[in-house]
Amino acid sequence: MNFRTLVGAAMLALSATALAASPASPDVQVEHAWIRWLPARLPAAGYAVIRNMGDGTLRLTGASSPGYGMVMLHHSRLAHGDSTMEMVDHLDIPAHGSVELAPGGYHLMLSQPTHAIKPGDHVEVTFEFADGAKLQTDFSVRPANASGPGD
Amino acid sequence: MSLRHRWLRLGLAAGALFALAACASHPQWQLDDVQGHLPDLKFQMTNDLGQPVTAASYHGKVTLLYFGYTHCPDVCPLTLVHLHTVLQKMGKAADDVRILFVTVDPTRDTVPVLHQYVTAFDPRVVGLTGSSDAIAQLAKRYRVFYKPAPAGASSSAGYEVTHSSAIYVFDREGRARLLATPGSSNDEILHDLNILVGQQS
Repeated sequence: MNFRTLVGAAMLALSATALAASPASPDVQVEHAWIRWLPARLPAAGYAVIRNMGDGTLRLTGASSPGYGMVMLHHSRLAHGDSTMEMVDHLDIPAHGSVELAPGGYHLMLSQPTHAIKPGDHVEVTFEFADGAKLQTDFSVRPANASGPGD
Repeated sequence: MSLRHRWLRLGLAAGALFALAACASHPQWQLDDVQGHLPDLKFQMTNDLGQPVTAASYHGKVTLLYFGYTHCPDVCPLTLVHLHTVLQKMGKAADDVRILFVTVDPTRDTVPVLHQYVTAFDPRVVGLTGSSDAIAQLAKRYRVFYKPAPAGASSSAGYEVTHSSAIYVFDREGRARLLATPGSSNDEILHDLNILVGQQS
């Protein structure tokens, strides 16, 4: 990771924290949040690192976005050379730990865009947790062939 | 230089040549060598410009065959980006490579959608579609498993498609040569593609 990415990540983390909607748990941060843009209004995948700085397990139960009609938590699985995508109803983030939503694993599936979204845009995504807390975050939209949040 | 030294030099040179020739005929593949175990590339489909194409249309190119679908926002892009990165690293030599992305979801993957999807990743990706039978035949030929859309599903319906994630690599003559998986590293694929592209048909 180079310095620019680090600064970018730090700024993203700060903005994610700053955007935390009350009464959001102040102990969660979202970093490196990005969406892989796809053409033709196809469903897109969202990736991020969710960091739990609290003393208890944090349960992510869903997400929503004004930019998409539907946001679901998904998990891609590779078994015996076959790949499947399945819906997940929650994802636990351990105390003082983090969970990565990354290509080929857990990710957000964002479908039914409400307006034309293109690479370079920023999309607001709100994470919802089991305790009722919500965290508003900023996802940057990257080209289809991007390999990460800021390459 | 003594005569003995000259002979020694000649011997070493001949030895080196022999070793080179041996290397050329038996490359050290880093992917799985499937030569002789899988049939040659053969299909009759429609490309993402709506034109009828067959395996002969790609004769002279090294081809990578991959089955996927456009309503696949995570794993298919991951593989296509992986291959795009390799082609970028190959530079000019990648002009002789085509990635054939065969949809296993022809109901939703119309030609225009397929075209927009594949070109968003790399200009050397070709989208292929066809009748359910044509796709099933091609998949069967390479023992590719997929669970297609439910019968009667409309193009706007939300459904998941299970599919094999293997990448089949063919030489310029359309002979099946190598098998890559999503676990294969960029360097492994790059190494082997460079050798295959270097083999003139």
